[in-house]
Amino acid sequence: MSDLKKIKEEFLSKLNKKLNVSEINQIKTDLFGKNGLVSSQFKKIGTIADSERKKFASDLNIIKDEFQNLINSKINEAEINEINEKLKKEKIDVTLPERNFVRGKIHPVSQTIDEISSIFSEIGFSVEEGPDVENEYNNFTALNTPEHHPARDMHDTFYLDEKKEKLLRTHTSPVQIRTMLKDKPPFKIIAPGRTYRSDSDQTHSPMFHQVEGLHIDKDINMGHLKGYLNYFIKEFFEVNKIKMRFRPSHFPFTEPSAEVDIGYQIKDGKIIIGEGDKWLEILGCGMVHPNVLKNVKVNPEKFQGYAFGIGIDRLAMLKYGINDLRSFFECDYRWLNHFGFDPLDVPTNYRGLSR
Amino acid sequence: MKITYDWLKDHLQTKNSENQLLEKLTDIGLEVEGIGNTSLDLDKFIVSKIVRTEKHPNADRLKVCDVDIGEKKIIKVVCGAPNAKEGLLTIYAPPGAIIPKNKMKLVVTQIRGVTSHGMLCSDSELELSDESDGITELKYSKYKDKIGKKYFNKNNLNLIDLSITPNRPDCLGVRGIARDLATAGFGKLKINKIDKIKSKTKQKIKIKILKEKNQGCTTFGSCLVNNVQNRESPKWLKDKLISIGQKPISAIVDITNYVMLDLNRPLHAYDTDKIQKGIVVRNSKKGEKFKALDNNEYKLEDGMCVISDSAGVLGLGGIIGGTRSGTELDTKNVLIESAYFNPKSIRKTSKQLNIDTDAKFRFERGIDPLSIEQGLIKAAHLIKEICGGEISNIDIQNIGKYKKKNIKFQIELFEKISGFKISNKEISKILNNLGFEVKENKNFFKLKVPSWRPDIEQPIDVVEELVRIYGYDKIKKIEPLKIRSKSTLNKTQKLFHFLKRSIATKGYKEAITWSFTDSKINELFKSNMKNIKIVNPISSDLNVLRNSIFSNLILYLNKNLDRGIKDLSLFEIGPTFYGSNPGDQETVIGGLRSGKASRLSWIEKDRNFDVFDIKKDIIQTLVEAGYDKSKIFIDDQTPNYYHPGKSGRVFLNKEKEKVVAYFGEIHPNILNKIDIKTETLLGFEIFVDNLKKPKKSLKDQKNIYQVSDFQKSERDFAFIIDKSFKSQELIEIILNVDQELIRDVNIFDVYEGENIPTGKKSIALNVIIQSMTKTLNDKDLEKVNKLIIDTVENKTGAKIRS
Repeated sequence: MSDLKKIKEEFLSKLNKKLNVSEINQIKTDLFGKNGLVSSQFKKIGTIADSERKKFASDLNIIKDEFQNLINSKINEAEINEINEKLKKEKIDVTLPERNFVRGKIHPVSQTIDEISSIFSEIGFSVEEGPDVENEYNNFTALNTPEHHPARDMHDTFYLDEKKEKLLRTHTSPVQIRTMLKDKPPFKIIAPGRTYRSDSDQTHSPMFHQVEGLHIDKDINMGHLKGYLNYFIKEFFEVNKIKMRFRPSHFPFTEPSAEVDIGYQIKDGKIIIGEGDKWLEILGCGMVHPNVLKNVKVNPEKFQGYAFGIGIDRLAMLKYGINDLRSFFECDYRWLNHFGFDPLDVPTNYRGLSR
Repeated sequence: MKITYDWLKDHLQTKNSENQLLEKLTDIGLEVEGIGNTSLDLDKFIVSKIVRTEKHPNADRLKVCDVDIGEKKIIKVVCGAPNAKEGLLTIYAPPGAIIPKNKMKLVVTQIRGVTSHGMLCSDSELELSDESDGITELKYSKYKDKIGKKYFNKNNLNLIDLSITPNRPDCLGVRGIARDLATAGFGKLKINKIDKIKSKTKQKIKIKILKEKNQGCTTFGSCLVNNVQNRESPKWLKDKLISIGQKPISAIVDITNYVMLDLNRPLHAYDTDKIQKGIVVRNSKKGEKFKALDNNEYKLEDGMCVISDSAGVLGLGGIIGGTRSGTELDTKNVLIESAYFNPKSIRKTSKQLNIDTDAKFRFERGIDPLSIEQGLIKAAHLIKEICGGEISNIDIQNIGKYKKKNIKFQIELFEKISGFKISNKEISKILNNLGFEVKENKNFFKLKVPSWRPDIEQPIDVVEELVRIYGYDKIKKIEPLKIRSKSTLNKTQKLFHFLKRSIATKGYKEAITWSFTDSKINELFKSNMKNIKIVNPISSDLNVLRNSIFSNLILYLNKNLDRGIKDLSLFEIGPTFYGSNPGDQETVIGGLRSGKASRLSWIEKDRNFDVFDIKKDIIQTLVEAGYDKSKIFIDDQTPNYYHPGKSGRVFLNKEKEKVVAYFGEIHPNILNKIDIKTETLLGFEIFVDNLKKPKKSLKDQKNIYQVSDFQKSERDFAFIIDKSFKSQELIEIILNVDQELIRDVNIFDVYEGENIPTGKKSIALNVIIQSMTKTLNDKDLEKVNKLIIDTVENKTGAKIRS
């Protein structure tokens, strides 16, 4: 038997055993190291007779390739085994709780304001604001509610001075006045914000939220009023059909005036908006009174339009099934968590109001 | 305004049902607020027949009756009435019924050993008449088929509560409501027949309205009814008043009330014999006193409209009468007053004296000035009819004459406002029925407004009448146009919206609290601002406008701590106030964090929230909102409600133009004062109005994209520096050593204590050095290193640690 054959047999059997990476590397050194068996054979090539040299060299190269391939695949296999072993030992209980996180929430009133703004944005309204402290003129007189008008009795007003000139606004309507005094018609605005009346029980709170709407142009009539509000209510409650009723009413700053009811029914203890034979009042509106327009230097012969006022808290209560108005302002952490909204749930035109 | 359908039918001829009525009322703007039974539940009283009577075994005057109450039920009732006899049809009240007269609720009882199931009633017990001798005898022919049925017709007894808007005084009388209904096609308005008084007796009480400045009374009509016998009102009248929840008093008072409710014509009745030498209507003088019918004594101010005689004030005109001249059961001679009082004057006086009466409510809304005579006639006739006596002539005094308002109504205005058309004929018909005098012209109507409609002043008011009567349901919806010519939110509003949601993403829950607060708590947070008091607060603990968001938020945080919730993160965005003028307010985001960032965690050590947690929250929020982090400048000047050593003030730049935020631990004194128990309490305030609005839009905010692909080197330094030296400044100094090469500086260790001299600290920093143009070699880096050390040592007196 030639040396080559002997080496081959011996090492093939060695490599067939189960070996770790360092054992394989040892074999590699034994064969291909400086004085390795295969390396030594290569050194011998020069000493071999010409006639046999070619065959010897060829055999040797075959053996070399064979061993190199085998050793590489063995190393690879052993490495994989070793990593697998290591990972097995590192196994943890992934059902343990994750690191702590806290969820922030947006108050239902904020969310509702954003919903309202999003709907009105689509039909061309922009948002205006006014101060919480108002003067008596903007809150009442300019709105065609002069002193000694009985309608003032309906507004239990907080005053900041004995002369009753400065007050906390009782509605968002003074924003109409501010907006019209500041700019020129046409006007197409909504104005959400805090409003105040000294009244407190289950359904009244000394502070609440309203959104005012004002739409003045050359030919805006009651048909627009009805159409725009119908659109808003349908979009807001995210229903296809809405039962809506316009009922004559009275506000000093609009003429004609209306209150709007929506149809509802109670099903399994929950309120369903848009169907049923019960009526629920949700807003007041009307055509802006010519006296109001005159007060803000808008010519009522040329311009006309409508205004409305909606209770935001009430809308939120109806939409989200909240029973007690006062709970909005009690800041119970559990309540805020329950009725609050994720800050990433931003109502937008393209996403819609909710998920 | 409370009415019954029954009363309405005095003025309205109609066959419609009550449900139709309710719907119609609402449709024409007379909102039905509620429907209820009249104060008494009369449903239980039923027609019954006595089938057998026998003498009570233990009482001579009592009988035990077997009573047929329908549906083949016979029950036993003990009865004391002499007229109780077999075959009699009468009214039976079962146990549970309430007897109208004495308001007693019946129960099953033993009467001398015999059980009685209910009661047979007399007219008087049911307040049907004064007849109290024996039980009611019903006509056999009329009631024989109604045994077991309800005696009282429920339909007409329903009390309808209407919410009448302040512009419609005419509908504070039943007739006004009937007129509106008839106009809207709901039946026909009956003619209100008024017989003129033909009398030879003169009204001999002299009446004078003084022509004073701001005289509140313009017309004073009066009439005498002499030699009356005041008494209890007859049943029909008492029923009327009871049916709408009013208490009958005596005929004369009841008649004046009845006329007021029926025609909205308030009257006042005087006992003529108590008036001293005639009546003068004048302004009051400060200090005058009088005792009113509500048993209060009022001290008057100057200029209130009073009815007086030579002995002083008799009453406040149109508001309340006085006890001195009131009618009583023994009144013999009556003076009826029917006057017109100016709404403003009424309102001013009643506000000043804080009196609210039915008459005041009506006069301040405006009474029909032409109803004076009608009221007098109706009342006088009724008094004569019920109490006897002789009616005098009517005396009317006035200062100034009433003239009906004229309106020129352009017909096209209706369509311009309502968006739909109705015929001229229809317009004319509606207005006529409402009481307008209508003169048709080509394009317009000349209108005279009915005297009972003070609310109608200009053409637009006429439009409202027409739409209201014709029906709001006729208005056709116009679909909205989806066109936007102006952006929905302006920059400030966008920022507000962004910041709110940005803060919430840091784990804070949004709260909304009152804009007013308790001055005692506000005191703790108001710094050098003054209290802004509410003159009429809803309660003493909500008596000032808040100077800070914290004053309410901290109380509610504490309430949540009391609920056992320890780790709390709350914020509010809203107004705080620094003055009592409109606009003296700013928008602030206030946040509070209590407890631990990590609690009872298997993986992390317990850790209290600290200043750097909330500093991160606000800096991150500002950066997210578009402000340049590298320019943000912090110092340590904060208000006194923050921990003086653990709080900071944030500016958008080194020039410290405006404070944009505070952050820090809340001062321990505050926690003591409010009695807050928590591991830690941190707060921040962001002053939204002080944030400069971004000038550029998002697309303009992106600069040219520029990064370096050359090798980045890091070098660590540790300096020993004065303890008070601000790390912010140190970083800035290093960054400015070479703005081209030094990309970033990070502090990775701050140390005081062993091996560091007292008054000093060690700060270790990692500096990232990278060129945009080449790979730096060792020489370059060495140069930068040396420059950093030299500059820091020179500028700060620090020493590099070796």
